[in-house]
Amino acid sequence: MLLPVAALVAIIFVAMGLPQTFNASVEATTLEGAKQTIALGPVASQEAIKQLGTNGGGFFNTNAAHPFENPTALSNYLNIFAMLSLSTALLYTFGQLVGNRRQGWAFIAVTFAFLIMGVGVVYWAEAAGNPILTALGLDPALGNMEGKEVRFGQAMTALYAVVTTGLSDGGVNGMHGSFTGLGGLVPMFLIQLGEVLPGGVGSGLYGMVVFAVLAVFVAGLMVGRTPELLGKKIESREMKYAMFAVLVLPAAILGFTAVSAVLPSAVASVGTPGPHGLSEILYAFTSAAGNNGSAFGGLTGNTPWYNTTLGVAMLLGRFAYAVPVLAIAGSIAAKTRVPASKGTFPTDTPLFVGLLIGIILILGGLQFFPALALGPIIEHFAMLSGQTF
Amino acid sequence: MSTKPLAPRLIDPTILLPATKAAFVKLDPRQLVRNPVIFVTEVVAAMVTLFFVRDLVSAGGSPLFSGQIAAWLWFTVLFATFAEAVAEGRGKAQADFLRRTKSELTAHRLLSPEGRETKEIAASMLKVGDVVLVEAGELIPGDGEVVEGVASVNESAITGESAPVIREAGGDRSAVTGGTQVLSDWIKVRITTAPGSTFVDRMIALIEGAQRQKTPNEIALSILLSGLTLIFLIAVVTLWGLAGYSATVLSVTVLAALLVTLIPTTIGGLLSAIGIAGMDRLVRFNVIATSGRAVEAAGDVDTLLLDKTGTITFGNRMASDFLPVPGVTETELADAALLASLADETPEGRSIVALATGEFGRPVPAAQMDAVVPFAAETRLSGVDHAGRRLRKGAVDAVLKFAGLSDDKVVAEFRQAVDRIARTGGTPLAVADGPRLLGVIHLKDIVKPGIKERFAALRSMGIRTVMVTGDNPITAAAIASEAGVDDFLAEATPEDKLAYIRKEQAGGRLIAMCGDGTNDAPALAQADVGVAMQTGTQAAREAANMVDLDSSPTKLIEIVEIGKQLLMTRGSLTTFSIANDVAKYFAIIPALFVATYPALGALNVMGLASPQSAILSAVIFNALIIVALIPLALKGVTYRPVGAAALLRRNLLVYGLGGLVLPFLGIKLIDVIVSTLVLV
Repeated sequence: MLLPVAALVAIIFVAMGLPQTFNASVEATTLEGAKQTIALGPVASQEAIKQLGTNGGGFFNTNAAHPFENPTALSNYLNIFAMLSLSTALLYTFGQLVGNRRQGWAFIAVTFAFLIMGVGVVYWAEAAGNPILTALGLDPALGNMEGKEVRFGQAMTALYAVVTTGLSDGGVNGMHGSFTGLGGLVPMFLIQLGEVLPGGVGSGLYGMVVFAVLAVFVAGLMVGRTPELLGKKIESREMKYAMFAVLVLPAAILGFTAVSAVLPSAVASVGTPGPHGLSEILYAFTSAAGNNGSAFGGLTGNTPWYNTTLGVAMLLGRFAYAVPVLAIAGSIAAKTRVPASKGTFPTDTPLFVGLLIGIILILGGLQFFPALALGPIIEHFAMLSGQTF
Repeated sequence: MSTKPLAPRLIDPTILLPATKAAFVKLDPRQLVRNPVIFVTEVVAAMVTLFFVRDLVSAGGSPLFSGQIAAWLWFTVLFATFAEAVAEGRGKAQADFLRRTKSELTAHRLLSPEGRETKEIAASMLKVGDVVLVEAGELIPGDGEVVEGVASVNESAITGESAPVIREAGGDRSAVTGGTQVLSDWIKVRITTAPGSTFVDRMIALIEGAQRQKTPNEIALSILLSGLTLIFLIAVVTLWGLAGYSATVLSVTVLAALLVTLIPTTIGGLLSAIGIAGMDRLVRFNVIATSGRAVEAAGDVDTLLLDKTGTITFGNRMASDFLPVPGVTETELADAALLASLADETPEGRSIVALATGEFGRPVPAAQMDAVVPFAAETRLSGVDHAGRRLRKGAVDAVLKFAGLSDDKVVAEFRQAVDRIARTGGTPLAVADGPRLLGVIHLKDIVKPGIKERFAALRSMGIRTVMVTGDNPITAAAIASEAGVDDFLAEATPEDKLAYIRKEQAGGRLIAMCGDGTNDAPALAQADVGVAMQTGTQAAREAANMVDLDSSPTKLIEIVEIGKQLLMTRGSLTTFSIANDVAKYFAIIPALFVATYPALGALNVMGLASPQSAILSAVIFNALIIVALIPLALKGVTYRPVGAAALLRRNLLVYGLGGLVLPFLGIKLIDVIVSTLVLV
């Protein structure tokens, strides 16, 4: 599936103006008569598979902000569509495989509720701009354009940023580190939730299932039965593994961030002092543990300390999470399916969608709120009160 | 007359005073380690106490602040142990009442089971297999089985029912319970349970701490709570590093305060109280469970196997309709049947009188009967002679013979009515006035009033009801459709029951059933929730995991509701506990960092007076909410049989949304008090 779709998307990308050649570069003469070397390559095909496979690694260093990777608004949408297509389809497949398509749709509803909320917040924060710059005489109608491509503006950048962090893509079309406080908080928080919205191709969906297990366990008791998900009882063994999985991200992200925050050599890598610097460290470990790949530019990550710890965070975030999830799957698969009745807790209704959104938001928020408060949230309030760092 | 203890009041000094003492005893870390959340709270409280002492002796600290935080952290632990102690106290009060009946008993142990020579020993010294002689006026020293003799026994101490029951050797009425009194005659009882493991003892052990084991769902929930505790431990410990980056030094006291308010102390503190209260509620319904697991399973039950007789129907056949032959009015037939039955004291006779005077509104004739013909096995009819009329009612062929009618002379309508009644499982009674045939009385097994509504309620809870009966399939189907059960098992043998339970369980369903006979024992043991009747045999009671002291078969429905209530209370308080954390963050996080980043004051949405009063208020709220919720934990969340979706909606609104909003108000209120009193 991936290969033919990638070929198709690559051809469309070529039609949109993305280069597809084996030539490494082309020489051009500028208007001033100077010689310029413009890097080229098989960009269209790379771009197609990067997004469809939610890998996110760009052909150029500036990723999808580069005009050859992402030349137009239309190619921007195709980028986003390619990211979401297969990973969303997998949610539907999940419903199909468990014999309840409504379950798949419920997960899709949760995903898109989050993405729409996220895009809303980022766009609002970025479009509102920076009051400090407004005070200096800048037109507030322009909003915050720092780190954004003029051809995309706030709306398309917000959409890209939210989708790329909602799932484990990590490609960017703008610099997340240059967003406003709240604008930067959203992508960071989405990764911290485990990139379950909708999860990447290959891994990610299981994070949503773990959240569903937790939601069902807490709320399922409220209907007076021991909890069930998809007709399988959630008992102490599943709970043990689920809690183990949930522990991995805060342990890796907060643990390494806290150590880096007090380690003088690690703090020296920070590009911007003040809370933004903390955000840079936090985002680095968040992105690594989530295997996202996007970054809050500014942090000099290529040091022995960061290379090692980020690597370990990556390892933990992927494998320490996947192992307990596989254990849950094994344990659940061995159980007899309990037939549903009116007393069964429904997991494919709008009520459950709302509940799952609440659980993800509260559980995720509770874990990371203190760290976020000291980084992007302070930045936001400081900006409002006219203070910069 | 009932000797059942009433539900203890919530504020009862005889329970609260010992509970307060027990709350301190339970602070023992070796005991508390079973409850990870509260154990962590205790460790943290001890740590803050050390810092309080340091603040006292060294200058620069704030002993007033750390002292109060330490005190409230200790209160948090104490309130949690107190909740458990109160629940135990209430349970014990119930159990003590049962135990009182069996203490200080002496037994007359037979030297040889055949003889009458006895030796007096203390009841507690009895061993399994000992045979004791119990005579009129004596208390039975232990649970056992009658091996010889017949006696009437007063079991009111256990059942609250004052009417004596007959206990005799052999058959289904041979089981006796320790502590009950023999009223007449004598019996020899073989002791089947060693003292210390009788039902009452087992139940006391379940309520008191020593033997209480966590149920599977309790374990799973404890894992969730421990996991959350770990997550918050990570969040709080790393906060120290993150604050260090921002050049803020956080004291151990405030970090401890943050940790304890975040970890789920509310549900952690009330969890065991909820479990004990569930057992206690069961006892108040006069049901003794032999494991906490069974109570939990009751909430999950998918199918109820109910015996027809006594549960769904009254058991004896009652008149339900008068079907006259052509030329006779219904009133005429009703009057005749009424007259013929006035002197009939059998349940059938009385039900005919009740039907005629009740539904048909016929007056009771005061006239003197000329002669009363009682029912006899040979004639198979009964009736009266009255004012020259010879009214008889009885088996159809007997009445036809009395009227001198041969089969072919009977009108077709009569024949059809008789056939119809027989087909639906009823019994036709013919009525004749001398040679004149009047009609038929329809006698049938009457379904208990209100039972259909209860089954409908069960169905909306998602529970199927299955009627088990020895009747033929036709009769069974008729009653099943009238009672509104989902399925029935006709001509059921004990093997059929067992096979049915196995089949349902293989499909992933949980089954509850009740039974009393020895032949029920295998099915009772196989069922997930097996309720034996107190009047049942020893075998049945051993096989079951609950014993109903009232021997009321409809009790199953209440047991299921108690199980559901237990699980609901757990879930609701867990949700409440987690939702509470949001407000606590908004109280504490700005308080911690507002000195470094004044802009963060914007997060102080509650407008709390000062950072220190904000932290103290959050800790106080966190402690007080445990006490405030003890009554709810003991009473349980109200259960309504409305189906899962509606229940979830309601509980999410009350405990989820309520849990989000309430602490904002509570912390603000406490902050106003704290800052007014200038405590910090």
